[in-house]
Amino acid sequence: MKAFRLLIAWNIGLLAWVARAEDDVYLAPERFLEETFVEAAGVPAPQLVWLTKEAREQVRSILGHDYPSMRIRYWSAGARTAWILEEVGKTKPITMGLVVAGGRLERIKVLIYRESHGWEVKYPFFTDQFNGIGLDASGRLSRPIDGISGATLSVNALTKLGRLALFLDAFVRKAQAP
Amino acid sequence: MKWGVAAGVSALLSGAAMADTLPSAEEMWALIQKQQKQIDELSRSLATATERTAQVDARTKSVEQKVEATSAHVESLATETAGKGGGLIEGTTIGGYGELHYNSGPTDMIDFHRFVLFVNHDFNEKMRLVSELEVEHALVKNASTGQPGSTGELELEQAYVEFDLTAQSQAKAGLFLLPIGILNETHEPATFYGVERNKVESDIIPTTWWEGGVAYSRQFESGLSYDVAVHSGLTKTAGADLGDIRKSRQKVASADAQDGAVTSRVKYTGIKGLTLATSVQYQQDIAQSTLARENADALLTSVHADWRKGGFGLRALYARWDINGPTAQSTGRDVQYGYYIEPSYRFPISVGELGFFARYSVVDNQAGNSAASEKRYTDLGVNYWPHAQIVLKADVQFVDNPTAIDEEIFSLGLGFQF
Repeated sequence: MKAFRLLIAWNIGLLAWVARAEDDVYLAPERFLEETFVEAAGVPAPQLVWLTKEAREQVRSILGHDYPSMRIRYWSAGARTAWILEEVGKTKPITMGLVVAGGRLERIKVLIYRESHGWEVKYPFFTDQFNGIGLDASGRLSRPIDGISGATLSVNALTKLGRLALFLDAFVRKAQAP
Repeated sequence: MKWGVAAGVSALLSGAAMADTLPSAEEMWALIQKQQKQIDELSRSLATATERTAQVDARTKSVEQKVEATSAHVESLATETAGKGGGLIEGTTIGGYGELHYNSGPTDMIDFHRFVLFVNHDFNEKMRLVSELEVEHALVKNASTGQPGSTGELELEQAYVEFDLTAQSQAKAGLFLLPIGILNETHEPATFYGVERNKVESDIIPTTWWEGGVAYSRQFESGLSYDVAVHSGLTKTAGADLGDIRKSRQKVASADAQDGAVTSRVKYTGIKGLTLATSVQYQQDIAQSTLARENADALLTSVHADWRKGGFGLRALYARWDINGPTAQSTGRDVQYGYYIEPSYRFPISVGELGFFARYSVVDNQAGNSAASEKRYTDLGVNYWPHAQIVLKADVQFVDNPTAIDEEIFSLGLGFQF
């Protein structure tokens, strides 16, 4: 019984310690875009890429299913494109912001995370490993992503969205080429 | 326009270099009138064309607006059924997993080991229900019918309401999986190697282990997280079985609640690909105050590491029970421990991914006395994922029994999750 009381006291102490920590704030999509285009003259007007038959097949091969939209909004300035995409982790959609520059992921950020588990994927210690990654000849990410125990499905969702943003960036650039 | 042309023509006529072949003034006037008529017709045509272009622009804009509205409507329908809530019941999502096993060894058996349904519901953005309903061994029969009994069970493994206190902290109340070990909270078949779950997280940490109570979780941007739960405890009143951890789970089924338990976990995932965690659990009395003049309080400690670098993986876990009281000491169950180490390598192939693993496990459920009771398991096997959520498994397990004949068990498995 003494040990039980000690353990309860230890846990209460830990609770008091963690309660002092300041909360992080989710990054709103608007803020993500402002941060992305901070050096431009404001956030560019959004553009739409329509998922044609060819694009839909590629998207399906990346996600394993159709994207729940006929067109995808993106923001473009110079050689950079920004995308806000969603994919289900375990049972709920994860909203991500992704920036592609020169055919490589420049930055990814989890904007809204709704799952009960796998919270680790929200933070830079995980997402930073996507920076600088492109697509290889087979359409897979050019570097493997180191996963997280207990967050496999969330890691898979982020990996798929990384591939999707890179594909869409290449797709719109090909369409715009003279 | 007319006078401008006339002035230009007059200038031409007044030139000294005019040839006799030039038209007369009357002819020139007729020509000017004809050209003026053509200019007027062209002006009318241009006006008509401009008006038609404006009409086409207006129609195009209207069509674009209709396409936009149609697209937005179709997408809203798709989004509503894509997990944000919607479908049959708004805010409800369904998932699940299942696994079929074939074992060949001392006993040859095929068993649809588990079929699980997750039904989750968001009451709002900050409050949600998480539930998990499981059928084990495919068939649940009423033993009182006299028919051959099945080992099947219908189990409620999770049913709790979670509240987001902040973006990084949650509280939950209800029936939940305890934060201990690697597999207890995450045991979908596509997430681990081997057909059967490892023996340490079966006989020492009795996965799948759920209890009823309240819990608090907190995460930090550094990768550190902390969980604490106060919940129902284990029980086993029969003396010989006291400390048989797996049999002691009450499963929150009209469970004795004289004595409870508290579990805490600290986890660190701040290094890319690495998870480190330790859990401590204290049980007030695993006999639920049924033993005379004896309090069988117990302490479970566990520590594990899960490291992934590219295709390489390494899992290692150690867990130990210390149970007080003469009853547990009499059977050697006062000390129980287990550990395993599991290297693996996973790589993509033309269709899906392939992974090989080896695992060495040691389990002793009666380490408190001098009797030989330590079992050793060596597993070698392969997982094939044709899809990220489907896995085919094959492995062989060599069992080193301290007091009985050694065993070899070959297993095949199919697993899926959705």
